[in-house]
Parts: sequence; structure tokens; C-alpha cells
Amino acid sequence: MIYGIINLMIFKTTLQDLNISAQCKKYNLSLWQCPHFFFVLMGIVMAGVISAVYGIGLHFLNDPQVIALVVLFLTAALFIITFVITKSFEKTAEANRLKSEFVSIVTHQLRSPLTSLSWAIEALISGEFGEVDKKQLEYLKILKENNSRMGELIKDLITVTKVEDGSQFKNKEKVSLEKITKDLIFRFQPFSQASGIDLKIKADEKLPEVLTVINQIKIVIESLIDNAIRYAKPKEGKKGLIEITIVKKEKNIQFKIGDNGVGIPKEDQKYIFQKFFRSQNVKEMQPYGSGLGLFITKSIITRLGGKIGFKSEEGKGTTFWFILPIK
Amino acid sequence: MKKILFVEDEVALQKAFGTILKDKGYDVVSALDGETGLKLAKEEKPNLILLDLILPKIHGFEVLKKLKEEKETQEIPVIVLTNLEDMENVGKALELGAMAYLIKAQYGLEEVLEKIKKALGEI
Repeated sequence: MIYGIINLMIFKTTLQDLNISAQCKKYNLSLWQCPHFFFVLMGIVMAGVISAVYGIGLHFLNDPQVIALVVLFLTAALFIITFVITKSFEKTAEANRLKSEFVSIVTHQLRSPLTSLSWAIEALISGEFGEVDKKQLEYLKILKENNSRMGELIKDLITVTKVEDGSQFKNKEKVSLEKITKDLIFRFQPFSQASGIDLKIKADEKLPEVLTVINQIKIVIESLIDNAIRYAKPKEGKKGLIEITIVKKEKNIQFKIGDNGVGIPKEDQKYIFQKFFRSQNVKEMQPYGSGLGLFITKSIITRLGGKIGFKSEEGKGTTFWFILPIK
Repeated sequence: MKKILFVEDEVALQKAFGTILKDKGYDVVSALDGETGLKLAKEEKPNLILLDLILPKIHGFEVLKKLKEEKETQEIPVIVLTNLEDMENVGKALELGAMAYLIKAQYGLEEVLEKIKKALGEI
């Protein structure tokens, strides 16, 4: 009876292992990156190689026993190599999945105590629990600011985890980049006005919609506008200027956002899309920031099948661009 | 005095927000897990339930489902108060009958209090 149950369980596990599509889904990998698919592919390659060796052996070797031995030896060697490679692939994929899961759990768990801190500080500042003097208020505001910075960092880490595990890129729909951008510009208006910056948009007439993941592309455009406002610098009493253009380029849509701000120092430019990187001149202007914004932006655009880049000159400004395939 | 059932496993948040709600004049009943939340919803008949999703013993979605299935609790408005921000979760909660879905980290204290007042028909 027990043996029967064990056999049934082994049979079930084997069946699950053979379900390539389910296994790839588990690791959030596309079919060709999946260890199980690789194993099947190597099986086909092995069969081809063995047949070829058998054919060649028949032609050049007369002794069928020697042919059989060569084929047998080759089969065993190929099988072991394939098995080792597949297992290491699988281990890497599993470690990656566990890492993402771990970061996701930790960040979610960190958020709750931060929320209680934030709400308690807000209540104290409002004077709900008694009058707050000037010095206390000053310290409470420092607490609030640091709490909110921590919240932002956690939010960015959650976004990074989601982008890396690919789970948010499944539902594509047709969206108008122009409309999304205009809505975001409207939302950013108070921030840009307070910063003394003009925010302009120019788009091609009858711009086609793009087949993409709306929430993800919103994160990208939001991050690029936010950065541009932060680092566009009004000069000599003149307003800062940010210009956005959206145009169709063959089978793609190109989005460009240019500012006349501080620019990126040449020596920092090659690191700009790296995780946690912030260039020196930016740190002087805005001491706080996670350094994850552009890393997230590039990861999303790449996942969506597009490309991203920039042109920048220190002291003159920066233009970031990305292209996305229309279909 | 209107009664609010606050189902939240984070003790610090229970204490901080519970105190604020009491100070605002509400009678607050607390539960640190889904099972106690369900039990208190039936016993205490609160005017509003604030429900976290990641809860010990019974998950928040299961609590919400049961609340809406049972005759004695189905009319109680439920506000989901969580840090899970995926659209799938938002849709599921609203589909199960939640009145609102608030992501804790994205809402300030005043905004949450305003949503509570609205749910209780005070504004």
C-alpha cells in the first residue's frame, strides 16, 4: 500500500517535471531560457549526434562491437554533460526565484511598521495628542522625512523585484503614449510650477497606439518626468524647460524628454543605468535618492522589447529617449 | 458611538492607528489574525471593518469572502487596508465585496480617516 502511494507520488512528480510550460512558468522564464526546455532540446541534439556517429562509424569502422561501444560511450558522456548543465541552470533559476520572493516578503513586511510610524508621526504633528512646541515639531518633521525616504526606497525595491521576476509583463494592451504622458504632465504640474519649470509636449498627429503594459510604461514616463523636473535648473531668472516629443519612427514609437538642467558628467555616463548609482553632481543637488529609478526604467523598457538611451552634457542638459515597438 | 473592527497583525500599527481612532471618538475592537477577526465580526457587529490581507490563520481574502457569505455580517462595509498593491488583488477584493481598497503606504493618515468617515456615512 505504502509502496503504491510512493510510486504514485513519484509518477505525479515526474509528470509535473515533464510539463515544460508549467516549469517555465514557475521560474517566470520564457521557453527558450527554461532549463527543462533546454533538457529536451539537448535530448534532440543527442539523438542527432548519436545517429550521425553511428552513420560515420558504419562507414569507417568494420567491427559492429566497436561502433556500439563508441556510440554507447558518446551517449553516456553527452547525457552526463546535459544533466550537469541543466541542473546548474535550474539551480540558478531557483536561486533567482527565491531571491525575488525573499526581497518581496521582506519589503512588504517592512512597509507595515513604516506605515504605523508614518501615521503616528502625522498624528503627533497635527497636535491630536497635545500641543507640540517648535523644537519638537522640527524633530518630528525630520522623522517624517526620513520615514518617507525609507518608504520610497522600499517602493523602488518592490518595483525592482517585480520587474526582475517578470510577473507584471503578461497583460499587454493598446495604449496611447500621448494620453498617458499628458495625464502625467497634469499630475506633475504643481511640482514643475513650484520648481520654476515649463513642461511642454509635442506629439505627431494620428500617433498609433502601442501594444504594451500600461502600468509599467507609466512607471517609466513618470520616472523620466520626475528626474527631468528634479534636475532641470532655471538659469539667471529664466524658467527651466522640459520638452517631451513623441513621434512614430518606422515600426516604433519614440519618446524623448529633454531638459536644460545640470546634465550628467561624462565620466558617470556609462554607469547611469546601474543599480544604486547616482552621479556626483546630482548627489549635491538632491542628497537623497535610491539610485534605482533609471535602473528600473531601463529594465522595464528592455522587458517591453524596446530600447532606451540618452545624450547629455554637463551644465547644459540631458535628453533621455526610448523606443517601443508599436505591435 | 460607532464601532470599528480593525483586523491587522502588525501590533505597532494596531496600537498607533487604534489609538488615533479611539481619540477620534470611535469604539475600536482589534483582531490580530483572520480567525479572531471573523469571530469578532459576528459577536461585536461593528459598523465598519478595516481588514488587512496578509493575516495569520485565515488570509484576508478568505475572511472577506466569509464575511460576505454570512447573513449576519454581509451588510457590514469592509475597507481593505493593505500593502499589497497589485491590480489583481485590488480587483479580487472589490469583486468579493470590499467597499474600498487602500494601500497603506500610499495613503496619509488624514486620507484614511476621511475614507472611514465616508464609509460610516459621516461625510
